[in-house]
Amino acid sequence: MKTKESNTSYEVSPQNIINVKGLYMSFGENNEVLKGINFQVKKGENLVVLGKSGSGKSVMIKCLVGLDKADKGELYVLGKDIAKLTYEQLNSIRLRIGFLFQNAALYDSMSVRENLVFPLKRHSKNITTNEIDKAVMDTLKDVGLEEAIDKMPSELSGGMRKRVGLARTLILKPEIILYDEPTTGLDPITSKEISELILSIQKKNKTTSVIITHDLACARLTADRIIILRDGVVFMEGSYEQLEQSKDE
Amino acid sequence: MTTYLKDIFSNTSNVSIFAMRFWKEVFKPPFEIKEFIKQCYLLGYKALPLVAITGFIMGLVLTIQSRPTMAKFGAEAWLPGMVALSMIKEVAPIITALICAGKISSGIGAELGSMKVTEQIDAMEVSAINPFKYLVVTRILATTLMIPILVVFADCIGIFGGFMGMNIHTDVTLFRYLHKILESLNFIDIIPATIKTFFFGFFIGMIGCYKGFTASNGTESVGRAANSAVVAASLAIFIIDMIAVQLTDLYANL
Repeated sequence: MKTKESNTSYEVSPQNIINVKGLYMSFGENNEVLKGINFQVKKGENLVVLGKSGSGKSVMIKCLVGLDKADKGELYVLGKDIAKLTYEQLNSIRLRIGFLFQNAALYDSMSVRENLVFPLKRHSKNITTNEIDKAVMDTLKDVGLEEAIDKMPSELSGGMRKRVGLARTLILKPEIILYDEPTTGLDPITSKEISELILSIQKKNKTTSVIITHDLACARLTADRIIILRDGVVFMEGSYEQLEQSKDE
Repeated sequence: MTTYLKDIFSNTSNVSIFAMRFWKEVFKPPFEIKEFIKQCYLLGYKALPLVAITGFIMGLVLTIQSRPTMAKFGAEAWLPGMVALSMIKEVAPIITALICAGKISSGIGAELGSMKVTEQIDAMEVSAINPFKYLVVTRILATTLMIPILVVFADCIGIFGGFMGMNIHTDVTLFRYLHKILESLNFIDIIPATIKTFFFGFFIGMIGCYKGFTASNGTESVGRAANSAVVAASLAIFIIDMIAVQLTDLYANL
């Protein structure tokens, strides 16, 4: 287990799928949220990020896909420095990254089918209607929601929305999936189902995952490694068992 | 006062940057033809009943209100021409544009604002889909094209409303009524009035999109985006109208 003393010990390594070094981010003059975050994620690893609300977890993963721009720091995803990419280059990296938003962010004006077809059609040239239908059905089967294919997002429960959000992410077959609080707002049983789904998808598709959560049950189930953010830095790092045994907070 | 002025200048510069981004993206492929046609249908076709009712009432009321004065001067025969000129040059463009500012600009502001606060725009961005191109460019192009069509439609309905108004007190055939209108219309009356409606359409779309697309997080900002879109678009319509009238006047006096 590493504590904050080891915070600056990382080197940016090309072997890792995500390399973050010295990430700083602030909102306004006196509101520095990230104060030099360092972490790495290996291929196929599930990294869980824990931390209080406002500790900058969501901002951190938004930086990984270029939704937020970091003030300072090195941020390599799939071997590319995110900060130095053009819009087109960034989009080609984004195609290899999936992002599950906190509230799933489904397109309200589209049905479940259309939510899945929308990104697929845009990024798959010469794809036939049959191939699209098959991809949609297969992906919905993976998340256990074939029966909801023609429903609108407003007709879905919180858990179903998360599943559809995940299906929309999976349909583009990403190498990395970033989860922003995947179990927030769900009851314990649905939370467990979502956590198990994350794990089964990771095993089936051999994806790398970064999971932001407050949910310790989710962390225990899904994490290969956990980092805890506090005061804008990585305060602790280790497996769930190591952190549980720790006497620190 | 300083803060107020600062806000105005800051908003103006942000809208200008937003407009520049529109012109940069509009000529770059891929072109979102399907979404553009869908927006034309939603923003244009769906506004037809409202524009028709308003246009008809404006034509009818204008005729009924003007008739006694015209009759006093024995100029009742000029009434069709006067109504048609008023409708084409000023009433139909302004009323239609204001209705569209209320219906379309606020609708776009609320729709994009709610997409922004529920992270749907971010979801598009991370799926490597350009949300500006898909959501903003298509809507601005749709309003720029549809508002002039709606105005021409309102002109026709308004002129027909005038015909109905004329026939309350007198008996005029539609042929004679239209003949009188065509006698008094000139090319210079129609073209500037139509050109300005493209600007109305562009600003109605752009202000709605700008307010929605830049809504900050929180549901409160959705209402604020819709509300401020109507206010700003209505103000922009009057300013454009004033400039258009001045320019037409200058051109006519050359």
